[in-house]
Amino acid sequence: MNITVNGSPAEIAATTLDAALEELGYGAARVATAVNETFVPGTQRAERTLSEGDRLEILAPKQGG
Amino acid sequence: MPVLYGTDITSPLMLGTAQYPSPSVLADAFRRSGAGVATVSLRREAAGGDGGAFWELIRDLGVPVLPNTAGCHSAREAVTTARMAREVFGTDWIKLEVIGDADTLQPDPFGLLEAARILCDEGFKVFPYTTEDGILGGRLLEAGCEVLMPWGAPIGTGLGLNNLYGLRTLRAQFPEVPMVIDAGLGRPSQAAEAMELGFDAVLLNTAVAKAGDPAAMAEGFARALEAGQLAHGADPMEPRDMAAPSTPVLGLAALE
Repeated sequence: MNITVNGSPAEIAATTLDAALEELGYGAARVATAVNETFVPGTQRAERTLSEGDRLEILAPKQGG
Repeated sequence: MPVLYGTDITSPLMLGTAQYPSPSVLADAFRRSGAGVATVSLRREAAGGDGGAFWELIRDLGVPVLPNTAGCHSAREAVTTARMAREVFGTDWIKLEVIGDADTLQPDPFGLLEAARILCDEGFKVFPYTTEDGILGGRLLEAGCEVLMPWGAPIGTGLGLNNLYGLRTLRAQFPEVPMVIDAGLGRPSQAAEAMELGFDAVLLNTAVAKAGDPAAMAEGFARALEAGQLAHGADPMEPRDMAAPSTPVLGLAALE
């Protein structure tokens, strides 16, 4: 299915957020996720199913002021 | 030293982690200044990115981490970012920024208050980036904030304390509330001035990171903060318009 990952189009076979992160190459990275502008905690990624057109944000610790 | 949400901070210098020439210069700036808090952010991560390495560096600094919601222009964005930050950084501290204007980076008071209410209700320890407006400050305290962080001047300008009257008034309105001057400081003398006014700490980034020698500048800020803190505790004299000789007039020789 076609989704958007961090603003760019992506095609994935996975149907859950957990599996999508694995497929996209994030593995065990320290990231936080949101789907369609709503935070999805790490503990809920396995149950969070994805649909065509979903917008996924994957964020990590960065420099800040 | 300041106590923020029950945590003793080892230095009144809260230092950002962005814009340094290198990670090692960042670490040097923290080491040399003894900064008490490190501010960080959340940004998009590419697969296989280096977010993990940055996190290791920050953890090694050994100071409390304060994630921000920098760049958020609505309460909704800021609340979602805060929730994500709590999970990634493992802290319920959040520097809440809701920006109302892209040029001045002035806080949006309405969005800020809305987000602060939601986050305080969810158990966050909110550090609101606010203005010197005392009405807004009071509302933020009512919402559950235990710290206020008024701006000195717009972020990244280095203009110092732009509205001395407003800041002094805010300080006097809520004398028991820990207050941090957040943003706009460019030089250590401005940080000393903030402490002389009775503020508890300062939060800055650009002034150190963009200095020719960031570690030396960080130490300069740390020393200025200490000087300002001492001066505030020492009850400074009031200024006056007319000169008053400090050397005794009594006993002056008649040599004319």
